[in-house]
Parts: sequence; structure tokens; C-alpha cells
Amino acid sequence: MSGTEPAHRQLGMTDTEYESVVDILGRPPMPAELAMYSVMWSEHCSYKSSRAWLSRFPTEAPWVVVGPGENAGVVDLGDGWLAALRIESHNHPSFVEPYQGAATGVGGILRDVFTMGARPIAVWDPLRFGPLSVARNRYLLSGVVSGIAGYGNAVGVPTLGGEVEFADCYSANPLINVMALGLLKREQLVLRAASGDGNVAVLLGSATGRDGIGGASILASASFDEDSGTKRPSVQVGDPFEEKRLIEACLELYEKGLVVGIQDLGAAGISCATSESAAGGGMGMDVDLDAVHLREHDMTPGEILMSESQERMLAIVRPEDLDDVLALAEKWEIAASAIGHVNPSKQLRVFHQGELVADVPAASLSDDAPLYRRPAERPDYLDHVWKVDEPLPAGIDLGETLLLLLDDPALADASWIYEQYDHQLFLNTVIGPGSDGTLMRIKGTRKGLAVSTDGNALLCYLDPRRGSARLVYEAALNVAVTGARPFAVVDNLNFGNPEKPGVMWQFLETVEGMAEACEVLGVPVIGGNVSFYNETDGVDVYPSPVVGMLGFCDPMPEDPPRLDRAEAGMDVWLVGPEDPDDFAAGAYNRVVLGHRRGRPAAPDPGTAVTVVDAAASLAFTVPVLHDVSSGGLAVALAEICINSDIGIEIDNGEWQYLLSESPHRFVAVLPAGRQPDVHNVPVRRIGTMGGDHIDFGRHGSVTVAEAAAAWHDALRSRLG
Amino acid sequence: MRVAVVVFPGTNCEHDVAYALGELGTSPELVWHRETALDGFDGVVLPGGFAHGDYLRTGAIARFSPVMTAVERHAVEGTPVLGICNGFQILCEAGLLPGALVANRDLKFICRPVPLRIESTNSILTRTARVGQVLRLPLNSYEGNYIAPAKDLERLEAQGRVMLRYCDAAGVADQSTNPNGSTNSIAGIANTAGNVAALMPHPERAIEGLLGSTDGRVLLESFVASMAREPARA
Repeated sequence: MSGTEPAHRQLGMTDTEYESVVDILGRPPMPAELAMYSVMWSEHCSYKSSRAWLSRFPTEAPWVVVGPGENAGVVDLGDGWLAALRIESHNHPSFVEPYQGAATGVGGILRDVFTMGARPIAVWDPLRFGPLSVARNRYLLSGVVSGIAGYGNAVGVPTLGGEVEFADCYSANPLINVMALGLLKREQLVLRAASGDGNVAVLLGSATGRDGIGGASILASASFDEDSGTKRPSVQVGDPFEEKRLIEACLELYEKGLVVGIQDLGAAGISCATSESAAGGGMGMDVDLDAVHLREHDMTPGEILMSESQERMLAIVRPEDLDDVLALAEKWEIAASAIGHVNPSKQLRVFHQGELVADVPAASLSDDAPLYRRPAERPDYLDHVWKVDEPLPAGIDLGETLLLLLDDPALADASWIYEQYDHQLFLNTVIGPGSDGTLMRIKGTRKGLAVSTDGNALLCYLDPRRGSARLVYEAALNVAVTGARPFAVVDNLNFGNPEKPGVMWQFLETVEGMAEACEVLGVPVIGGNVSFYNETDGVDVYPSPVVGMLGFCDPMPEDPPRLDRAEAGMDVWLVGPEDPDDFAAGAYNRVVLGHRRGRPAAPDPGTAVTVVDAAASLAFTVPVLHDVSSGGLAVALAEICINSDIGIEIDNGEWQYLLSESPHRFVAVLPAGRQPDVHNVPVRRIGTMGGDHIDFGRHGSVTVAEAAAAWHDALRSRLG
Repeated sequence: MRVAVVVFPGTNCEHDVAYALGELGTSPELVWHRETALDGFDGVVLPGGFAHGDYLRTGAIARFSPVMTAVERHAVEGTPVLGICNGFQILCEAGLLPGALVANRDLKFICRPVPLRIESTNSILTRTARVGQVLRLPLNSYEGNYIAPAKDLERLEAQGRVMLRYCDAAGVADQSTNPNGSTNSIAGIANTAGNVAALMPHPERAIEGLLGSTDGRVLLESFVASMAREPARA
């Protein structure tokens, strides 16, 4: 950075934005104030390019307790139980330093959830990397998985799944998303508002250091270039042991009713937590930076305010409870400092060594942030990619093709990844990673929670609106095959540079597609995250929305469907409409033909609903249900065969039916003579379980053992 | 029956162990590591997790926690003391069991169910099982690779104090069926009196069919049965 640039530009702020700050304050900002505005008004914190559009999402339903805007969305599960859900990205930090970037992503998302009063009970990690043929991508994947495992396992929250995809555009900009689910009783719900004149703001947890300064503005809100390695000091370092004690301490504070409000410290650190707490309660706050426990003693006020040191919380407590709060912190061996007082002034005033270093309207840091309606324009590449000149071959060997598909890292067995994660802690995991959706029980009830995270960036690249809608429907089907009904959605919208009209168009189309699908399903969006500037050296990533779907059932199936329950003699049925021509974005095009072109089929909203209903009902009586998605019917059937260690004889038809990836379909395996009990949905018997081959008749065949070997070894052989 | 489930800062399996022992009819109580007495408890469990963050070395700091003096006294007096995963590591650091647990052979965390063969019923962990029985229990550890000096290994083997060995579904224990490189495929051991026993896999994660396996019951039932009678003696 050049020393001659004005300070605000060095902090990532435009000249116009700087002028707005001067207008608000009626004077030029002091250095600490400029630091606060630069971070709070960054894309990452303020959603300045996206928030005008996010109101498009349906956010209401009778069971929504807390919608978007708080630290996590909260829904009502009945009988006093609530669930809290949140998704975030940690893309840029993970590219700069994969282990710590991913680890602190887990730490941050957990704080968002226990800030609401919930005990975090599970984490999911949707990941996107460049091809594994490139050594650096293998390093990034291994580092990210180690970071998630290292932090998640030690902090004591199981990681129940996620998904992984690969494409060239992620080589210089991997996507590391993380979603967390928490469980709480209604009376434990806490919000961040700092109410009550005279209440005390207590900073809990790690000492504040210079790590992560400018993380939100420098790393998360700007594009990358060849100098990105020099940004490593902006990556935070995580300490799961500190976080574990912080979780237990906070949960005990809630249980004892000792906090009025609480806020985690993430992006923008103390400036964000104090201003949002004060603004949330319509109050002001005086903050004394000399009271902050520091790791380094010569920090400037701007550095203290902007530090993104991990594992810190800001609790608002009544003065008469302060001693109890400090004693409880001492019990859990976490540091605690009273750093501020709530007052009715609506001003955030910050003192350092007796000097007033900041005096700003608390709400201005969030409410007055810039709002951009950036120009959007349909990009030209669509005209090119929608044209497919090569006809599909008339006949292919499906046995050979299946082995190629099962060896694809995105379709293969992901156990190399998830076996590094504790996925059983808390004894809730009924169906763990490696299936369509995770299913958890709630102990002491008959309730079940199902979760799926879904993304298919190529589908969204080829048609953002259709693609993103299909993601929502697929996620709904993934939870339905466990017996749950779609209940709430969180989304993580990973996009390129929003200052490019083509990227902005992709974003708007995606929001529209997802919003429509959520409306069709009657599922509220209870939270989300937007990650822009996933761009390196001018190349944007695919539009990469990730859908986090929470499903709910009460009661939960006593014996839910599983992929390993198929037996010889059982009949195999396909439920849902069939379209043999949906190869765009399909695995066959990508893996076998080596191109990424075509226009994906439009989803069918009416069918989507009936198919999801059918699956959620069948899950109570059918041993095996499996969503048909990437790799089509052939891969779906192979996964059942491999998991159940048994063959299948598939009835003859055109080969295209086995590889087309049209939406709204699932496989049901039932004892012979039983037909799936569904209405208003096409049903077709497609084969019989038995033998030791995956037998496609005249289209070829492969042994289950060969298929299993290809599927199991795909990631292991590439990653070691 | 009262069971103390010891909680260090960083422990994370305490609720699961308490739940499982509760399902088996005992009265588990969480005991904070700063407690100095365990009077009136019929048994003690050191559950899994990352006590004191596993910083420095697994169990290295936990062994100095105040509660460990009381745990040692109970161990000497014959009270059933069970270590699971991180609890195994702590009991080794505390010198209540020989050897140590080091990083897995492949230097990766392993979370998956693994088959185990019962080698001896001479402990509070295995007394109601039968020798040769194969159980399937979730393993969940980075430092699960058991090592010990040759003379300690010889004594462990000679005295029948190896309780559990990693194996395959047919019960064959060799290097190809050893998930983490553990010496002699050792998954669980006991002290000479049989009242202090520990294992790396998690029996509390395998007590309900809904969650995939009930094979952990026989081990926890052994522990419960041991609390109900005179402590096991060699």
C-alpha cells in the first residue's frame, strides 16, 4: 500500500463513503472513528451491494421466532424447543491460510449460534476447490479439512456433513462455507440488544491482539491478486479450547439469567459488537479501551477496536450481577473485563488513556452504511454455453461410464473428509454424513431434525435462476427422504465482483430463483450470508449459492430409510417425472464428454411439492430412499448397491434415462410385491436387487466390488 | 449407584457418558476438575474430549488437575475407574496405566466404527463380555496409537491385561486390520487389579440401535456390574 494514499482509501473506503462519514459527524473523523466506519461499512459487514435485494426472500412463517438480521435464525419445534441456524463463509482467509482460515470459520459460526442462547449441536461444511490434479488445491483441501477437524473436534461440536465440488474457477479462490445448528429451550433465547441505562458491557474470552486487523475490509471485501500471500497477518488464529470454555461459560450465564443481551465479536471486533449492541437496544454506550484485556500493550485505539481476535463475546449485564458474572468467568477460566456502560445517549463514545477517541451515533455504523443498487446485465457467455453442437452418442457402455463417474472426486465417497470429523458427539446422529440428508434426534422427544446443504455451481453458472431454484428443491428432497418436511432455509451466496454487471445479474437471478422455490415450498429463509469479491486476477468464481435446508419431523421415523438396507429380491422404484435430455451441468458432460455447456431444464414447482411430500411420507415405511441428483439414476443406484453390498438388475430402457439429471426424482427400494404408496406422482419399477453386478442389460454391467473400489478410492488415491 | 463423571475444561463427552450410564440405571454426576474429593462415589469415569485443550500433550496438564489426587486414591482403593479416549490418555499420563497414546499412524483424525475383539474378561470393563466376542464401536481420536516400553508390553500381554484389540469383522487382528498403528493392535488395557481400565473407542456412542450399534452396552454393563460388587481383583 502506498503511504501517499489518503487513510480512508488504505482502509478500503471510497471517497464518497468518506464524505458520508464527514456528513454524519459534521467533521472529519478521528483515526479510530475512520477505522470503525471502514470496517462496519465494508461489503462483508454492511451487505451494501446486496441488502437492497435480500428482502425478496420470504422470511415469515408461524414457526419463525427470529428471522434474518440477528446472529442466527430461530424456529419453533414445539413443546418449548427451538432450533437456531446460521451459515457463513470464510473463503478468503482459507485461501491465504487454509488451516486457520477454516478453523476460525467454525469458531465464528459457533459463536453466532450460542450467542442466541443455543447449545451448538452440529456443523456442516460445504467446500469448493480447484481440481485435485493441482498440488496447491490438494494442499488447500487437506489444510481446510484439518482446520475444520482440528477446531470442531476439539471444541466439542460434531461436524455432520457438507459437500464438496471442484472447478477451475476455485483454484485461486476456494469457497469454505460453514453452517451451524443449535438447540435451545424457549426461555434461554437471548438477543443482542443492550437495554437498561447503567448496565455493564463485559468483554469475555481471549485477550485482544493484533491478529485479524482488517479481516473484514481487506480480506473479505476485496478481490485477490498475486500479492495475496502478504495478507496472511489479516487471518485470525483460533483457539478451540478457549471457545469450548466460552461456550460452557455463556450457557451457564444464560441458565442463571445473568445476561440481558449478548453479542459475539467477529468481523470488526469491538467496534461492531459495541455499536450493534447499543443500536439494537436504542441506547448509547461509553467504552473504555484501557479496560480491554490486551495481548500486546502498545496497540492503538484503532487497532483495539478493529482487532478480530477470536473467541470473544460482549455480554450486557446488570450492575448488581457483575460480581456473579466475573465469578462464573473465573470458574470456567476465561478472562472477563467490564469495558463499557450502557446509557441513553445513542452515542458510542470510546475512551483511550483518558482521551475521547471516538464519538459517533451508534446506529450510524450499521443503519447509515452505504446502499448500492449496482447495475446488472445479462452476461454474454450464456449465449455461448447454451449451444451444444455435439449430439450424445447413440449407445454407450454404462458399466465403463459408471466407473468413470464414481471416480470423480465430486461424486465419490467423501469419507476421506468426514472420517476426520467427529460426527457422533452428543448422541443425536441417526443418519450421519454420506447420505442425502443428516438426521438427528432430539433426546427425550420423538422429534427429528434433518439437514442438507446443497450447491451445484455449474448448474447456476449455466442458468442462475433455474439452477438456484433447483438447489432449493433438491435440498428439500434430501431432507424429505429422511422423513422430515422442509422447515427453514439459510443461504450462502458466494459470488464474484459485484461491480461487474454480469456478476450482479447472476446474483439477482439467483435471489429470484431461490426466493420463488422457497415460496413454492412454503419455507421461510431465516438467515444468510453474501460473499462477494470471490475474484482473483479478474476471474470470478461461478455463481455459487449454497442452500442450507433444515427439515423437521415429529414424530421421526422409528426406522428411517438408509442406503445400506437394500436386500436381494427387493424391487427398485423410481418416483417422480423423467426427462432423458437434461444433461446440461450433468456429470456425464463434465466427466466423460469434458464440456460444461447446455441449458439446464426448468424446475417444475408443482411437481417439486408433490415429490417432496411423497418422499417424506414414504420414509416411514420404506427401507431405502435416495435422491437422484449428480450422476443421475446410474450413480444413485450404484450408491445403494455399494452401501448395501448387493447387485441390481436394471430393466432395459434408453441409456439416457440413467444419466440425465432432471430434478424431482428419488429411488425407493421396497420388499417384492409392495408398490410405493404415492399419489399424483409418476412411479415406475426400474429393477430388482440381487446378484453381485450393477447390471444395465444391453448397456453393459460392472461388479459391485469394482464400483465400490472406484468410489472408495477416488479421494483417497488423490489425497493420500 | 453414584458415578462421578469428571469434567476438565475441554472435556466434551461428559453429557454422553452421563446419558448412557443413566440409561443403564445408575446415577451419574458431573464433577468439576477442581474438586478434591470423590467421597461416596461407587465408580469414576474420565470421559473423552480435549482436557485443557490437549495442549502440551494429551493428558499432560489434566493429570495435575486437583481432582486427580482423589481419582488416584480411589484407583488404589479398588473403586472402578474407567477412562474413555481422552480419559485413557489421562490415566496413562497419571501413571495409573502404563504406556502412552501417540498420533495415529496416518496422522489423521479417525472417526468411524471399528471392530474390536474381547481379549480378557478380567477387568471392570469386560467382565460380562466373553473372550473372542467381536464388538463394533466408534473410534474418534487423533492420538489413539498405543505405545509402551517392551517390558510393560510383555507384562500387559502376559498378565492378560489387554482387554480389547482392533480387528476385522471376523476377529482377525493384524496390521491390515489396525486402524491407527496401535502396538499389538491394542485398543484397551487394565491395571493389574483390573479396577482401572481404559479404551480408545467410545462405548457410550453404541448403546442404541437407532444410532447404529448396541455393542457398547456389554462394556458399560460390566462397569455398572463392577460398581455393584466388590471391586475386581487380579
